[in-house]
Parts: sequence; C-alpha cells; structure tokens
Amino acid sequence: MATTQALTRRWQLSGWQRFRFWRVVAWLTLFAITALFVIPVLWMVSTSLKSPSDLANTNWIPQTLEWRNYRDAFSFGQWGRWTLNSLIITSVSTAGAVLSTALVGYSFGRLRWPGRDILFGVVLATMMIPDVVVMIPRFIIFSRMPAYGLQGSSVWVNTFLPLTVPSWLGATGFEIFLMRQFMRNIPIELSEAAKIDGASELRIWWSIALPLSRPVLATVAIFKFQGAWQDFMGPLLYLQDESKYTLQLALRQFEFAAGGAPAWNQLMAASLVVMLPVLVIFLIFQRYFVQGINITGLAGR
Amino acid sequence: MSVTVPGTQSGSPGPAVASARRPRFAWKLSYREALTGWLFASPWIIGFVLFTAWPMLFSLYASFTRYNIVQDPQWIGLQNYQQIIDDPRFYKALENTFWMVLYKTPIVMSVALGIAMLLNMNLPGDRIFRTLIYFPSVLAGVASIYLWQWILSPNGLLNSGLDVIGINGPAWFTDPAWTKPGLIVMGMWFIGNNVLIYLASLKGIPETLYEAAEIDGANAWRKTWHITLPMISPAIFFQIVTSIIGTFQIFTTAYIISGTRSNIGGPRQSMLFYVLYLYNRAFGRVGPHGLQMGYASALAWILFAIILTITLFQLAMSKRWVYYETS
Repeated sequence: MATTQALTRRWQLSGWQRFRFWRVVAWLTLFAITALFVIPVLWMVSTSLKSPSDLANTNWIPQTLEWRNYRDAFSFGQWGRWTLNSLIITSVSTAGAVLSTALVGYSFGRLRWPGRDILFGVVLATMMIPDVVVMIPRFIIFSRMPAYGLQGSSVWVNTFLPLTVPSWLGATGFEIFLMRQFMRNIPIELSEAAKIDGASELRIWWSIALPLSRPVLATVAIFKFQGAWQDFMGPLLYLQDESKYTLQLALRQFEFAAGGAPAWNQLMAASLVVMLPVLVIFLIFQRYFVQGINITGLAGR
Repeated sequence: MSVTVPGTQSGSPGPAVASARRPRFAWKLSYREALTGWLFASPWIIGFVLFTAWPMLFSLYASFTRYNIVQDPQWIGLQNYQQIIDDPRFYKALENTFWMVLYKTPIVMSVALGIAMLLNMNLPGDRIFRTLIYFPSVLAGVASIYLWQWILSPNGLLNSGLDVIGINGPAWFTDPAWTKPGLIVMGMWFIGNNVLIYLASLKGIPETLYEAAEIDGANAWRKTWHITLPMISPAIFFQIVTSIIGTFQIFTTAYIISGTRSNIGGPRQSMLFYVLYLYNRAFGRVGPHGLQMGYASALAWILFAIILTITLFQLAMSKRWVYYETS
C-alpha cells in the first residue's frame, strides 16, 4: 500500500525531481555493487586474523585477534627463498619486456624498412594464437636447450631461463602493439633534428624516444610485473625443485601440508602478503593501469 | 609522418638531408635505414621464430606422432585424431568449456556494461567507485583463487549471506551442478578490466548526438538503443572476441580448485576444461603411458582450429552489427 502511494507520488514529481530520484537510485546501486567488490578482501583480512576454532563462524570481527597467524603461515618451507625467486623472475622479465618491446615498438612505429607492415600484421596475428598451441613444443625446446649447469640443471627446464628469456625477445604481441601505438605519435621534428646533428638511431631511441615514452613504458612495466608475479602455469611447467618455486607455487603448500582442506586462516594471511606488492603498485601507479586499458580498448577500432 | 626540416639547409650534405628531401612514404630506402629497422625489430623476430613459429610447426608435426620426449617421435598418421574422436573425456572437456563460453561471456559483458553506464553518469564519488571496482582485477592469481574457494565453501561467506535473505545456497565447488556457476560468480570479481574498456568507450561518445536525439524527443531507452550501443559496438565486439579466446583457455582456476584431489576436474569432472585436460595428457597424469606430447599436440591443434573458426566467424558477422566511425 505504502509502495503504491510512493509510486503514484513519484509520477507526480516534476521533471527535475524525477531526474534527481533516478540519480539517487543509480548512486545507491553503484554503492551496493562497489561494496560487493570490496567485501571479499575485507573477509580475507578478517579470516587471516581468526583462531582455528573461530573459522567456522561468520562473524566479521574475530573473537581474538590472532596476529600470530602471519608468523605461523611462514614458519614452514623456504618462504625467503621463494620470495627471492619471485622477485628475480619478475624483475628480470619486466626489465626485458620493457627494453625489448620499446626497441621493437620503435622500429615498427618510427622506422621505415621493407617488410615492416607485413611483420606488424604477424605481431597482431600472434595475439590470436592460444598459448596452449605453443606450450608443449616450448616445453620440449626448453627441455633440450643446454643450460650448462646453471642453477644445477643441464637444460633450461628447472631453471629461471624459460620464464625470463622470452621476455627479452619481444615479449608478447600486445606489449609491442602498445609501444608502437605510442611511439608513432611522438613528434618527429625532434628525431629529424637529432639526425642532422649526427646522432645514431640507437642514440635517438635511447635519449629522445625513451624519455618521451615514459607513460607507455610504465604501462608495459606494470602489466608485465603483474603478469609475471601472478604467473602460475609457467612456474608449474618449468620449475621442479621446491627450492626454485615462486610464491604462486608456494601457496599450494598449505593444501599439501594439510593433505586436504588447508588452514584457511594461515592461507589467507599468506595470500594477503603475496598479493601485497601488486596492490601497492596498483595504488601508486593507478593511472598507468587505466591508461593501458584505454589503449587496449582502442585496439577494437 | 611529416618531414619538417626546411629544404633551405643545403649547407650540410649527407644522408640526413637526403632523407629530409625524400617524398612521403617513398620506399626508395637507404640500405642503412632498412638495416636499422630490421636490427631494432630483431629481438621480436628471433623470439617469434624460436618461441612461436617453430613451436607451432613442430606441434603440428608432433600431433601426427607418438612422442614422450625421451624417445624420438614416431609417425602414426591420424591415429591421435582418431583416438580423440572416441575419447569420452575430450567431449566432457569440450562440453564444460563451451558451457563456460556460452554462459560467462554474455553475463560478464552485460554486467560490465551496466556498471560502466552507472560510472558514466557523473555521480558523486564515481572515481572512488571506479577504483574499488577495478582493483580486484589486478589481484588475479593463486591467492585470489583460494580466497574465492573459501568464500564459496558450503558454509562460507556467500552462503551465509544468502541465508540472511532466505536462500539456501548450493555447495558450489563440491556439487557438480554448481562448480561452473561458482566459477562465474568468482569471475565477476575480475570484470574491472571490461568495465574500464566500456567506460572509456562510453566517454568517447560525443554529447551532441544525445542532444540531437533529445530535440527529436527520444527517451532514455531509445537513446541507449540507437546511440549508445551502436557507438560502443567496436568495444563490445573487441571484448567478446578476447573474452571468448580467454575463456577457452581456463586453466589455473580449475587446476587449483580441483588440483590436489585425485580426480582431475573436480566432482564428476565438472571442471575438466579443455586446457586442464590437455595439460594432464601432456604431462602424464591421465591416460595409458607417460608423457603424451603427440596426443596433447593434436588436442592443442583442435582447440586452435575451434578458436580460429569462432574468431573468423565473429569477424565476418561483425560487419552486420559493429559500427565503425569513418573519420
């Protein structure tokens, strides 16, 4: 009854009032949706501070704040080692991806050479190739390539090489695409002027193009960092010794240790710590994420 | 690509001036410039040949062989493909994967578009909302999979929330009928990327189009149908294509959720997705003998053919509904 009255009243509102009414409804909807996105992380924090007996309850505030979960979670295994492994793989592949795609992107975007447009078409086509098609042959190649005892392995498998070297060789088509789109739009006057001063192309790239491309370098670096940090399939395929694991593989130790359902409070504590670097980078460089996505969206045109 | 060096600089001879005088897009290149171009692109060219082109050819060849890495590949013609046709797990994997593509894509697309439209209304605080909706999508990875396994446990947070509004929640990842819907619920947490692509596209629609429609007396519904949707159709198309390619390759989530259990693919193989099955074939956890690289390569090429067919079909269909501005 009350709702019918409210409804009839609503249709008597003036145009401006109706506009206001719908905006309030929209805001409340948006607020509720946003809450749904935030709640899981809050639940993660809450769970990570609960005692084992408190886990079955759905109270938000833990009965007792068990900070020791954070200590206990990292009390077994080689977490220091695993963190170091993740840092090495992530930083080496990020540096490689940024440098090599910046070089290749400059070539596709700024230099004129025969075959360029055909090859750029190939770059775009590689974005459509599912990774699984090359997964097996790559594994076979890496299980044959000699590593000469690096990390105690005679072949590339069971070293960090399969997870880092490909990034130094042009990474993925998407990253090259981002670089090329950006570099195309750097004002050309600068490089023509530099050429007259006798600078080599490599020098122009390094001292003119790169500084001007900082936003896209940051975007590629962030995407690559995020992708490498969170990669699961790569380490799963190529890293066999426990001492070479990355953090993503290490998180599974909770399940193995328990032989079934893991200790959720410790697992959530460890998961939060593993997520933290990406979260911090996101908060600092948020606009580069957004910018990268906007360029991605333009790929549709 | 305009050359702006004035032609009056005749005082300095050499290649720089020669290049400045060259007409636009002339392909009469100096040998040196071409070489520089190729050299700069060489990291990608080497990487492409080593890690993409050669592997693809090898995998096509391997799909006609029996191959376990230790011994040399042994040519068996079409046998792998014939076996796949009779493989019940292949059909199960295909069925599960197509289920995800068919249900997840439209749900993600429409929810993401709805949220993007709300974010595009210039409501107070929309920047904070945008950030909070986007941030989960940077948290993908094993950690967030465990988080959702925890939230979707039978007595977990989601079911206790459903309890409050009088719904008796399902057992999600332990009930074969609810594993895939569970994955979709979980996937909604990561749609921030899609939302932002739609939002960028929405913000690119010129205001004048709406003003003109208002003068013609169009209501909100007609404006959405006749202006908004056609104008963002390139973004919709791009996202459908990439989302389908991505969904066909679900692996990590299903691997983690059903991983340590002895039965691959979770309860009644309801999460046995194509790539998960392929991985287990290749690395010898399913099937008769050890590493089955040949069989798995054949599986990979079948998936590639499926994805390629669907993508080309979408490209052909796109001419009918995707509107590209000609500017």
